[in-house]
Amino acid sequence: MGVADFAFYLFAITALTGALMTVVSKNPVHSVLWLVSTFFSAAGLFVLLGAEFVAMLLVIVYVGAVMVLFLFVVMMLDVDFEELRGQMAKYIPLALFIGIILLLDLGMVFGPWEFAQNAEAMRAAPAPDLDQVQNTAALGQLIYTKYIYLFQTAGLILLVAMVGAIVLTLRHRRDIKRQNVVAQMHRDPAKAMDVIDVKPGQGL
Amino acid sequence: MAEFLSTPLGIFVIILAQGLAIIAFVMISLLFLVYGDRKIWAAVQMRRGPNIVGVFGLLQSVADALKYVVKEVIIPAGSDKPVFILAPLVGFVMSLLAWAVVPFADGWVMADLNVAILYIFAVSSLEVYGVIMGGWASNSKYAFLGSLRSAAQMISYEVSIGLIIIGVVLSTGSLNFTDIVHAQDGKYGFFSWYWLPHFPMVFLFFISALAETNRPPFDLPEAESELVAGYQVEYSATLFLLFMAGEYIAIFLMCALMSLLFFGGWLSPIPGLPDGVLWMVGKMAFFFFIFAMIKAITPRYRYDQLMRIGWKVFLPLSLAWVVIVAFLAQYGAFGGAYARWAVGG
Repeated sequence: MGVADFAFYLFAITALTGALMTVVSKNPVHSVLWLVSTFFSAAGLFVLLGAEFVAMLLVIVYVGAVMVLFLFVVMMLDVDFEELRGQMAKYIPLALFIGIILLLDLGMVFGPWEFAQNAEAMRAAPAPDLDQVQNTAALGQLIYTKYIYLFQTAGLILLVAMVGAIVLTLRHRRDIKRQNVVAQMHRDPAKAMDVIDVKPGQGL
Repeated sequence: MAEFLSTPLGIFVIILAQGLAIIAFVMISLLFLVYGDRKIWAAVQMRRGPNIVGVFGLLQSVADALKYVVKEVIIPAGSDKPVFILAPLVGFVMSLLAWAVVPFADGWVMADLNVAILYIFAVSSLEVYGVIMGGWASNSKYAFLGSLRSAAQMISYEVSIGLIIIGVVLSTGSLNFTDIVHAQDGKYGFFSWYWLPHFPMVFLFFISALAETNRPPFDLPEAESELVAGYQVEYSATLFLLFMAGEYIAIFLMCALMSLLFFGGWLSPIPGLPDGVLWMVGKMAFFFFIFAMIKAITPRYRYDQLMRIGWKVFLPLSLAWVVIVAFLAQYGAFGGAYARWAVGG
């Protein structure tokens, strides 16, 4: 078994263990931490595939930002999980139904799966020669030339989603005091303070 | 011998030796960084600082480390034990991992990755897990509030650090540290480094680095007057030592990044003098000196001011800078000072 095989099995096993423990952990914070280890192993698998740029992005975006926010929310939630678990029996038929559909989808991979005749050629055509350019540069050349409109549309959709989330949650409260930072910074010590020379024994 | 070194086992031995060499360098510098930090801080406050253990107190950190290791580890009763122990380990290991891609001289690098900068960015964004896990597992309100503050702070300033680095990457056309340093190699020595074309960003990067590593004036996560010590309040002995060591290693890494990205890494400032590892180490030590001075001379920020600077000042400035650099590089302004794509690519 070569080094690459060893690394593959290592990452595959940790990814699967992490995914399993995410589901079966009793404590939701532990679940999130196991999910982090799954993402990390997935990044390792991307590195083995030679897609180091995607691997690093997976770690930066998902592990470094998304999961941290997720962890925040889960830690601060005050949910009684024992109570939720008691109601679980009610939802088992629905869960089984969704599970079976997912299993069938995955089974399609091993079943009668055929690509359209020229699909492979079309997918390979725009990719630059990977011996000539690095992974990152190749991705940049594709995204910013061939797929520029799709890429910009994806960015716009994200922007709309962000603005929408802010609009839904933003509310101005008028009954609290706020600081006017500009006014604070332009305060003048000479006008704000009076230095009074207090004589001993006299007071003000 | 040469034959053995090309077998998988031999390669493994080489990588192990390189890793140990880097860890030894970082750990030994760590001992003297903590000592130097305390000594500089003491000098600013007109105290003597550590001066008992060893000549001039040089071995003070060794004594302290020994003390931490032999003390009893106390784990709070209501804590989540596995996560409580895992948290400092994560913080420490992640801060050490980043050193794998830092070059100390031409070719003196353990892993010469194409995506070295992204790697550093990824690993440093993982450091926040040590803080959050530690704060949560302690089962204490002080620790939890400290960890929330710290995590929010680290995420906020990572954004502006990332954008500032993108400016440098745009100028170089490569994410590799060796390429970035080679791009700064010019006939004017000190004046061909990136600090001149990217002048305003040097300060923004430095301030963001202070906030990212929770150093004063942005040490709100540990704010001893309000939160006692933030996320590390329940930690003792070796586990606390790991947290503290991780923090100092992250600071030292920021010093290395400053010198690699903006100050020419191992290049000599005066044309004609030989380049080499000494320049790199000297620059790192210089930036650590500034870190220590800032710790000594600045008062702590208020939390809302910290967030305001991060999101409303640094983020727009660094974002605008990326756009400006893109234009300057595309049109070859200032004799191509912004477009040094000859290397890498």
